[in-house]
Amino acid sequence: MSGLKIDDVSMRFDLPDGGSVQALKNVSLDIKEGELMSVLGPSGCGKTTLLNIVAGFLAPTEGAVILNNHRVTGPAPERGMVFQKGALFEWMSVRKNVSFGPDMKGMPKSESNQIVEHLLDVVGLQDFKDKAVYELSGGMQQRVALARCLANDPDVILMDEPLGALDALTREKMQGLVLKLWKETGKTIILITHSVEEALLLGERLIVMAPRPGRIHKEYRLPFAEMGVGQDLREVKKQKDYGPTREEILTMIWNMEEEIMGRQESAA
Amino acid sequence: MIILLMYIAIFVAAMIGYKLIAARMQPEHDFTSLKTVTFGDESAVVSNRSASIISVVTIFLIWGSFTGSNLIPSFLHMPGPFVGETSFDFEATDSTGKTDDGTVSIVVHTVDDPKDAPEVEEDTTGIADNVAVKMAAWRSALISSNDLLNKDLGTDVKVTSVNGEPVDAGDIVNIGTGTLRVTDKGSLSFEPNKGWQMEEIWLPAPESVVSRLIEISQEGYQNVTLAENLGWSLYRVLLGFILGSLVGIPLGYAMGLNSWFRGWFDPIVEFMRPVPPLALIPLVIIWFGIWETGKISLLFLAALWIMTIAARAGVSGVGISKVHAAYSLGASKWQLLTKVIVPNSLPEIFTGARVAMGVCWGTVVAAELVAAEKGAGKMIIAASKFQNTDIVLMGIILIGIIGYSIDILMRQAENYLIPWKGKG
Ligand SMILES: Nc1ncnc2c1ncn2[C@@H]1O[C@H](COP(=O)(O)OP(=O)(O)O)[C@@H](O)[C@H]1O
Ligand SMILES: [Mg+2]
Repeated sequence: MSGLKIDDVSMRFDLPDGGSVQALKNVSLDIKEGELMSVLGPSGCGKTTLLNIVAGFLAPTEGAVILNNHRVTGPAPERGMVFQKGALFEWMSVRKNVSFGPDMKGMPKSESNQIVEHLLDVVGLQDFKDKAVYELSGGMQQRVALARCLANDPDVILMDEPLGALDALTREKMQGLVLKLWKETGKTIILITHSVEEALLLGERLIVMAPRPGRIHKEYRLPFAEMGVGQDLREVKKQKDYGPTREEILTMIWNMEEEIMGRQESAA
Repeated sequence: MIILLMYIAIFVAAMIGYKLIAARMQPEHDFTSLKTVTFGDESAVVSNRSASIISVVTIFLIWGSFTGSNLIPSFLHMPGPFVGETSFDFEATDSTGKTDDGTVSIVVHTVDDPKDAPEVEEDTTGIADNVAVKMAAWRSALISSNDLLNKDLGTDVKVTSVNGEPVDAGDIVNIGTGTLRVTDKGSLSFEPNKGWQMEEIWLPAPESVVSRLIEISQEGYQNVTLAENLGWSLYRVLLGFILGSLVGIPLGYAMGLNSWFRGWFDPIVEFMRPVPPLALIPLVIIWFGIWETGKISLLFLAALWIMTIAARAGVSGVGISKVHAAYSLGASKWQLLTKVIVPNSLPEIFTGARVAMGVCWGTVVAAELVAAEKGAGKMIIAASKFQNTDIVLMGIILIGIIGYSIDILMRQAENYLIPWKGKG
């Protein structure tokens, strides 16, 4: 079976004071090849932990992640990662950053150059390819991060709040770019966000997680991502289902936050 | 003390003067000058170039004026020591009350230009004689009672007044060009006015330091050329620093990457870090002797801990997302080390290198003061033994300039080699 399977994953962190945090409990998901899945939830519900387990940076205390019929045991180029910020190599030019993956594999320059040139075209950074990454704006830096990830031709792309540090306008443009890349490359993408709008627009499938213990609370199948490909995202937001779904999810997360606050107050 | 007050006065005067001049000039409209909040805004405080220039000029002016330098106009000179001819009269009295007058004529000359004692009229009659004295400026001369008085012609003959003023043993009389002290034995000790200038062996004038520099750079000092002296010091610093880095940087990396290394070396590094290298000189001399091995070992130790700590900090400073990103992109451990960890640690290592070079430069001079055949420190300690203050000053200035140049060179190398510093 091809695709990504998260099989009954639980994660418990032992704390230095002897206690422990149940960051994830019995999380199971089947993600089809080429699926665009967004994950939403109040902060501390285990989103990053889940993504780190899929990426192979953390080993789950129970359960397993299975990609293309083999078990994930560590990071590998088949699972690319886009971080919020600070993961570009500032000692390298834009071009060098993008060709990092192919270079690691020892791909010949002529071949990797072709890939790099193509990807820089796709993300619209042709004019900046010889600049140092710290000379670019935040939005452009995330374009580099996307291109760098794609250069390795991964099966799955994992994004942990990739647009979280950008201003609203840049963010909207980048959302369009993510949709375009998803459609053009047909990659499986898991995107974590704390913005409900972003989760609605960038998820064929939307997972809402709940905290303590971190678990899957609700799942949606949404048409907006498909509509958003090649269309102004502001038009998509005018769809009649969009508003009510947004309200529903907002209320859901609002209630979870309230519950966390309440629990903390009664504990104090 | 007075110099300090003068210095403060010049500082204040220059500041007010500059403000007045600046206020008359075209007002600037750059970003900083339009800020209304400047007091407390650190970014609005930039080093004022005029102040720096005036500061340096002031130091040279003060130096010149207190040494009577030829480089600055003479009206800026502090009053110099008294030089020239002077004289005073005195009266001697014996136990019977008999009195007699005598004159003391004094020539005060500079050290460089000795003069003969003045001619005086022989006066063998009476109990007081005429005396001629020659002496150098800044010194004092003891005029013996045996020369002043004819003790055979009376009993208990002594000097009882100077220039008409009655004196007793221990009294101090000002005669305008200097002061006279009557000693317990009845002699007179004359000290001509010293003025405000400093004697050459305390503080030589700027031009004599410059001429020394020219002389020594051409002829060398004690058969060692200036270039050789400075070259040896630099060579030791470089060798010690390179050896220290060759061991320290890998050690720092190992400490940053491996818990066992970190645990093993942490106590050693943390203990050695606060020990100033100078405190190691005695031990290093006992272990490695006072010659080259000892000095290189000392500099090696001085650089070692700094470079170790810098490399360790550089590794620890790599953001976890960069490491994760590299592994996700397929990097091996070795590739992670060479492509991510090493470049990421370069800014820290460069900062460490700058500190280490500064410390090594200071340490080498100190070590050469203790023992060396050649070197900047050796040159100034040898010169100080012969009271060649001009060479000592020249050496200190050169040591300062070289230390400063090393730092500037390192900074430029840093800007050139690691432009991404602080931009991660
Ligand atoms: N290394 C860790 N050690 C202990 N607790 C952790 C660690 N990483 C995460 N946690 C805990 O696990 C829970 C989930 O964290 P995280 O996955 O970062 O949440 P999210 O990304 O959804 O905000 C939090 O309660 C957090 O405190
Ligand atoms: Mg998170």
